Amino acid sequence: MRLWPLYTEAMPAIEIKNLCKSYRVYQKQEGILASVRGLFHREYKEVHAVRDIDLTVDDGEFVAFLGPNGAGKTTTLKLLSGVINPDSGTCQVLGHVPWHRENEYRRRFSLVMGQKNQLWWDLPAQESFRLNQHIYGVPREEFDRTRDELTDMLDVTRLLGQPVRELSLGERMKMELIAALLHKPDVLFLDEPTIGLDVVAQHKIQQFLKAYQQERRTTILLTSHYMKDIEALCKRVVIIANGAIYHDGSLEDIVDRFSGEKIVTLQMTDGRSVDALKNLPGLVEIEAPKIKFRVDRDDVGRTLSDILASHSVDDIVVEEPPLEEVISNVFSEAERDRVRDQSAADQSTSTGVS
Amino acid sequence: MAARVMTWWTFFQISINERLVYRGDFMLGTLMRFLPTLTQIFLWWAIYDVISTNMAQGNENPNGEIAGYRYGDMVAYYLLVIVSRAFSSMPGLTRGIADQIRSGEVKKFLIQPVDMLGCLLTQRVAHKLVYYLIATLPFALVFWICRSFFVDGWPPIDVMVVFVTSLLLSFLLGFFLEACIGLVGFWFLEVTSLGFIYMLLNFLLSGHMFPLELLPGSIGAFVNFLPFKYLAYFPAAVFLGKIRGTEMYIGLAVEIAWTLFFIVLARVLWHRGVKRYSGFGG
Repeated sequence: MRLWPLYTEAMPAIEIKNLCKSYRVYQKQEGILASVRGLFHREYKEVHAVRDIDLTVDDGEFVAFLGPNGAGKTTTLKLLSGVINPDSGTCQVLGHVPWHRENEYRRRFSLVMGQKNQLWWDLPAQESFRLNQHIYGVPREEFDRTRDELTDMLDVTRLLGQPVRELSLGERMKMELIAALLHKPDVLFLDEPTIGLDVVAQHKIQQFLKAYQQERRTTILLTSHYMKDIEALCKRVVIIANGAIYHDGSLEDIVDRFSGEKIVTLQMTDGRSVDALKNLPGLVEIEAPKIKFRVDRDDVGRTLSDILASHSVDDIVVEEPPLEEVISNVFSEAERDRVRDQSAADQSTSTGVS
Repeated sequence: MAARVMTWWTFFQISINERLVYRGDFMLGTLMRFLPTLTQIFLWWAIYDVISTNMAQGNENPNGEIAGYRYGDMVAYYLLVIVSRAFSSMPGLTRGIADQIRSGEVKKFLIQPVDMLGCLLTQRVAHKLVYYLIATLPFALVFWICRSFFVDGWPPIDVMVVFVTSLLLSFLLGFFLEACIGLVGFWFLEVTSLGFIYMLLNFLLSGHMFPLELLPGSIGAFVNFLPFKYLAYFPAAVFLGKIRGTEMYIGLAVEIAWTLFFIVLARVLWHRGVKRYSGFGG
């Protein structure tokens, strides 16, 4: 029985409803005695990795998953790629239920994990590519064409014959991406693809993903800790924290929603004005003749006209606070919520025993 | 179907290439295989020496045999056991599977449309072939040096056919048996101790340590029902004519049955294990 009709182009590529997944984690106290006790009597803690996630992603969207470590991003990607089964809820990707692991579905998506290596370590990347060609049943000519295109775009053609273990991390990541794209997946999951890479390699991969996505309209879900990746690539950002969706919208929305302040930098004409303003509320730093402070969004105009009325100013810059800072505020807010929920949960239920 | 065959064929070629990267330590490793056997040969030489001295003094045991083995048979037995084990032993298989499960590498086989056991088997066949290719020379050398121990010469052709068949089957049996132990990693994560128990049992009950005729009656009858003897003893005993006629063919049938049993068991463990893995973690 199917809950939804078969996938058609008009349908969203990914549709998640009320998805939940929790793990049991073995709790061990420190010390030998506790270890011995653990042999007979184990205490487990329930960790709600994903709770009640609803998400719809349209065909051809490029969506970023953002969240602190342990927020449930990777668990969500694992659910979507069918590595794990959920506790409850439904999910359809391209009309397939991922955890049924049908071959038709498995031929249509790819998962790239920045911290895992999928290529043959001792062999040149081209051998791994050749294997993928057969695993995914890609016709020879099409395979050759796609491979040449991709290696050309990422500028790694000359490295195809080198054993993977001799490649740099950046080069290897490029090869990983190629391996994942050879069968032209309709959906691509990227779990921190630029982790540990230098700025140049990061930038190169961003550019590649952008160009590739624009050309092929592949639906891509990306998790990353680098704000640069997300700014460069994704219009839509989903913030996950404590296994739930905190925010779903554009990057600008995040700033609007989670930061009520703007940052104002004034360049004063003379040092006395700087002294006079040093008690300003929301002061960030003074670097005479410059002075930097935060102001509530709504008060920017009034504050500036007050200052301009009594001081002479050479230059004014009004900016949004840096994205990293806003996001980090969102994360710490989420973390506070989690700790509060946790202590409430600990009080109401004791740990399970098995 | 054709696509799948191509997948395995490509995988096979890749595995061979991968293996050839490490060809360096092969030759030495192969010759080293004969070293432990040398100590056993010396031990038996001493034992047979005592027996023949006793015989000279007019004591019993008129043929100088132990459980039907002359000294030459005994040496030949150990050499043939090395051949059996070159087929049936699967270094690193159990460990490898358990490590893949623990490290999460096993995910690859859930994400990609390709079968893990098929991959491992293809890889193992490729590795073994490379090994035989390189080991043939040292093996031939040792056997040629030791040719006088094969008192009865080559066995008849039908026995040779059973011998070769049982060797090929012992490869499959060893593979799926050890794969099953590795797959237990889905439940225990750590299978080192299980692997160690298997190694001990294998050592004693497969005939690796000594011919199974030396086991006392009741234990011997019990061991006869177990799969272990096919990993070392059976092919050697067939070659030496210790098992012949109907008994030989029944033995072969039982080996086939055990092989099928472990193939099915490995499938079941894989499916259950994946279900458990995707239910609890990942």
